[in-house]
Amino acid sequence: MVVWRDLLVAMRRRSDVATALLFFVVVTSLFPLGIGAEPNKLRANGPGVIWVAALLSSMLSLGRLFAADHADGTLEQLVLGAAPLGVTAAGKAFAHWLVSGLPLVAIAPLLALQYDLDPGLYGVLALSLLLGTPVLSLVGGIGAALTLGVRGGGVLLALLVLPLYVPVLVMGAGAVEMASAGLGGQGQLLILGAMLIVAAAFAPWATAAALRISSE
Amino acid sequence: MLFRGLAFALSAGEVLRIAGPNGSGKTSLLRILCGLLTPSAGEVRWNGARIQTLREEYARHVVYLGHAPAVKDELTGAENLRATCVLAGLAPSAQDIRDALARVGVPGDKPVRHLSQGQRRRAAMARLVLGWQAPLWLLDEPFNALDAAAAAVIRTLLGEHAQRGGSVVYSTHQDAGLRDSRVIEL
Repeated sequence: MVVWRDLLVAMRRRSDVATALLFFVVVTSLFPLGIGAEPNKLRANGPGVIWVAALLSSMLSLGRLFAADHADGTLEQLVLGAAPLGVTAAGKAFAHWLVSGLPLVAIAPLLALQYDLDPGLYGVLALSLLLGTPVLSLVGGIGAALTLGVRGGGVLLALLVLPLYVPVLVMGAGAVEMASAGLGGQGQLLILGAMLIVAAAFAPWATAAALRISSE
Repeated sequence: MLFRGLAFALSAGEVLRIAGPNGSGKTSLLRILCGLLTPSAGEVRWNGARIQTLREEYARHVVYLGHAPAVKDELTGAENLRATCVLAGLAPSAQDIRDALARVGVPGDKPVRHLSQGQRRRAAMARLVLGWQAPLWLLDEPFNALDAAAAAVIRTLLGEHAQRGGSVVYSTHQDAGLRDSRVIEL
C-alpha cells in the first residue's frame, strides 16, 4: 500500500521525479564538455562519471523520502501501522527506487553514447545500475530517517550516506571497466548482487529503528 | 519534566478527557499512550502487556489521530482514507470510503490540497467512521479547526464508540461538551 501511495504522490508531483532525472542527464552531459572530446579519455571516464551522477541523483531525492511524511503527519501513521515498520520502510525504499533509480537505469545506455562506450557494454552498465541503485535507495533510507527533522539535514545526509555509497560506486563502475577491458564484469556484478541482498535484508530494519528515534 | 506520578487505567466504554493549558503535556501523554514516545520512567500496558513488546499487535487495536491531519496534499480524500485504512490493516470497500467521507462532509474526489484547513481535518477524522474495530481511540485536539457541524459529528462518533464498548482518550484545553467518564487535569 505504501508503494502504491508513494507512486501516486510521485505521479502527481512529476516535477520532483523530473528534477532528479534531469540532474543525471545534465551532469553526465557536462563532463564530456569539461574533460574534452578525446574518445579514449571519454571511454575511460564514462562508466565512473555515469555512476557518480547516478549516485548523486539518487541522493538528491533522498531528502524527500520521509520528510514530506514527517511534515504532514503521515509518518506517525506509518510508524503506528499494522505492518512491521521494517516492511513499510522497505516499501518506501522500493517506491523511491522505482521513481528515482529505475529511470536512471533506463536512460543510462542513451547517455553512454556521449562517452563512445562500446554498445556491448550497455548491458553491463544497465545491469550494474539495476543492481546498484536499489542499494542506494535502501542504504540512503537509513540516512534519510536518521536526519529527519534535523536542521541542515541535507548536508548531514550527504556526509552520512556518501561514504556508505563508495563500495557500490567502486563495484558498479568497476564492472563496466572490467567488461570494457575484456575481463568480464561478472565478479563485480555478483558482489553488487550480494550487496543488494544484504541491504534488502538489513537496511529496512535499520531504517525502521531510525524512524522510531526520529519520530519521538 | 512535564508530569510525574500519573497513573490511570482505562476500561471499555470509557471516555477520558485530558485537559490542561498549552504546554502541559497533553500531546506528549497521548504520544506515550500510542507508543510514539517512550516515557523517561513508567510504562503503558494494554491488557496487561507492555505496549513496547506488543508493537504492531497493539497498533491494530488503536486509532491515533495527532495534531497534523496526516493526509497527503496530492491525493484525494478517498485515496487518503484508503491509504490510511490499509496501512492500519483494514480493507474498506469503495462504498465504505464514500460513506465515511460523506458522513464527515468531505468530497472524495478532490485533491486534499484544494480543501480548507477544516476540511482537511474532517478528511482525517473520516478515519474514525471506519475505525470502529479498533477498541482504543487516542485523539489529540480532535475538535481543532472544526466547525460546529463537524464537531457534532465527531461527538456523535465518540459517543457511539463508547456505547459499542470502545475507549476514547482525547485531549482538549476546553470542554468539548462530551459526556466524559473521567477528566485528567495536567
